[in-house]
Amino acid sequence: MSTHAHIDIDYVANLARIALSDQERSLFSEQLEEILEYIEQLKSVDVDGVEPTAHTFPVTNVWREDVVRPGLTQEEAIGNAPEARDGMFVVPKVVE
Amino acid sequence: MSDGIIDKTAIELGTLLADGRVSSVEIMRAHIDRTRTVDDAVGAFISFDEQDALNQATASDERRRSGGALGPLDGIPVAIKDVLAVRGQPLGCASKMLKGFVSPYDAHVVERLRQQGAIVWGRLNMDEFAMGSSTENSAMRATSNPWDLERVPGGSSGGSAASVAALETPLALGSDTGGSVRQPASFCGVVGMKPTYGRISRYGLVAFASSLDQVGPVARSVDDVALLLGAVAGHDGRDSTSVEQVVPDYVHGDPPADRKWKLGVPREYFGAGIDPEVKAAVDRAIEFYSRTGCEVSEVSLPNTEYAVATYYIIATAEASSNLARYDGVRYGHRAAKAEDGVDLYFQSRAEGFGAEVKRRIILGTYVLSSGYYDAYYLRAQKVRTLIRRDFLNAFEKVDALLTPTSPVPAFRRGERTSDPLEMYLCDIYTIGANLAGIPGLSIPCGFTEGGLPIGMQILGRPFGEQEILSLGKQFEIGHEFTERRPDL
Repeated sequence: MSTHAHIDIDYVANLARIALSDQERSLFSEQLEEILEYIEQLKSVDVDGVEPTAHTFPVTNVWREDVVRPGLTQEEAIGNAPEARDGMFVVPKVVE
Repeated sequence: MSDGIIDKTAIELGTLLADGRVSSVEIMRAHIDRTRTVDDAVGAFISFDEQDALNQATASDERRRSGGALGPLDGIPVAIKDVLAVRGQPLGCASKMLKGFVSPYDAHVVERLRQQGAIVWGRLNMDEFAMGSSTENSAMRATSNPWDLERVPGGSSGGSAASVAALETPLALGSDTGGSVRQPASFCGVVGMKPTYGRISRYGLVAFASSLDQVGPVARSVDDVALLLGAVAGHDGRDSTSVEQVVPDYVHGDPPADRKWKLGVPREYFGAGIDPEVKAAVDRAIEFYSRTGCEVSEVSLPNTEYAVATYYIIATAEASSNLARYDGVRYGHRAAKAEDGVDLYFQSRAEGFGAEVKRRIILGTYVLSSGYYDAYYLRAQKVRTLIRRDFLNAFEKVDALLTPTSPVPAFRRGERTSDPLEMYLCDIYTIGANLAGIPGLSIPCGFTEGGLPIGMQILGRPFGEQEILSLGKQFEIGHEFTERRPDL
C-alpha cells in the first residue's frame, strides 16, 4: 500500500503485550495502514507555535488532606482475582 | 394504571408517585414486565437483578409513606450502562475480559442517584469497552434498534438508547467519548446529552480515553434529561478533573422566554457524506428556530475536517494506556496456559479482548511509541487546540450551534463492520464536542420515509447545559417527534 504509512505490527503488538494470530496480524496490518493513511492528513496542518491540549479545562493541581480514610478491605480487593491464596494474588513463578 | 406506566416520562411518574396514584413497586414491576416481553428482540440489557430492583422500589415506597421522599427521582428506575460501577453488581464493559467482575464500590453518579432515592438497575449493553458506534462490538449479545430490528441502535451506549426507546426504562445513563450517548440517542429517537467535560465525576466510570470520557443521561424528553443531569452532576474530590461549579436546577432554570437567541450553523457539518433525509430534517429544524425569533447565521469551524484523525490518535493513545491494566493478574480474564509472567499478559489479553479493542490498543501504542510520539500524538494535541479554538471563536458570535447528530440514520447490522475507518467516520459530527470539552444535546428532529428517527445536535458553550436544554425544549414543544413510539 502506501510507503509512508507502514506499521511494524509485531513490534507494536509486543509493546502492547497482545499475542496476535496470523490472521489478526495480516488483517490488522492492512486496516491500521489504511487508518494511518487517513491520519496522515494532520501533517498538512500548520501547528507552528500552537500549544498542545491535554485537557480542555486545565485545572491546577488538586490537593486533599493526607488523612486515613476508609478503603477496600483486603477481601474486597482480591475479590475479583483470577487466583488468590491467603489474601494474595497468585501469579506464575517469575523468579527461578 | 399499570398499562400506562411504561409510556410515562420520569417527571410524569414523579407526579403520580407524589400524588399517591402509583407506587414505586408498580413502576418497577411494569418496566421489568416490559423488559421481559421485548428484550429478547431488542437486546438492550445484558442482565438485570430483579430482586435488587424491587427491594429498592419497596424501600422507596416505605420512605414515601413515612413522609421522607428524597426528591423527584425517588422511586424512578434509572438503568445503567455496563461501564459504570454499581456495588455488588456485575461490571463487564460488555467484554470477555471483565466477565464475572463484581463492583466493590459505587460510581459517584450511582452514589448520587442512591442519595436521591432512584432505583439503580440493569446492565445495559454497549460496544466492548465503549469502543464502537453500533454496539456490534459487544462480546455479550446483539442489540437491535427498536424502530427496525434489522438495524443497529448506534453505539457505544446502544443499550442505553434502545432501552429508553423500547419503554424498558424511563431513564438511563451512558457514557460519551466521541458521541457514544448522542449518536445512539439519534438512531433510537430519544434525547441524550454529553455534558461539559468535568461537569460529572468520572469516579467509577471504567476509563476509555480519560481526557474525552463523560457520563451522559438518556431519556424520552428534554426535561427528563435535565432532571437526570442535575441529579448526577457536581464536584467530586475523587476525580481531579471534576469541576467545582454550582449545579443549577436544569428543569426549571430556563433563561427568560423573551431572550433573543443567536444560533450558528457550521457549514462544515453539511458537506459531503450527509444523507439527504437527515439534511432535510435538520434544515427544517433550523427554519423552525429562525421562524420563532432566533437569529440564525452560518458560522465556520475550519478545522472540522481534522477532527476524526485527531480523535482517533488521542482516544486510542489514551485507551492503550488505560487498558494496560488488564493483565490477567488482579482481576479480569486470565489465560489458562501461560509459560511465565510476561506470557500471561500476552495470552490473557489475546483471549480477553475483541478485535476492535485490540486494533485500537495497537494503534494507540503505535502513535505513542518512540519516534512517532511527536509526529502523531503531540501533533494531534496541537490540532485539538485549533479545533477547540474554532468552537470558542464561534461562541463569541452565537449562543449555540445546530448540526445533525450523525450524517446517517441507523444502518443495517453488519453493514459497516468490515471497514473500521468507515465506522469511525460516522462520528464526524459528535467528536468535536469531546475534543473541545463542550456540551452537546441530541434530540429527535424527524423521521426518514422508512420510519427511522433522525437526530439534531445542539452544541453549547462550556457549562452551557442550561442553554442547550432550553433550546431543545423550545423545539420539542413545537413538535411531536419525542411522542412517537416504535412498534414492538
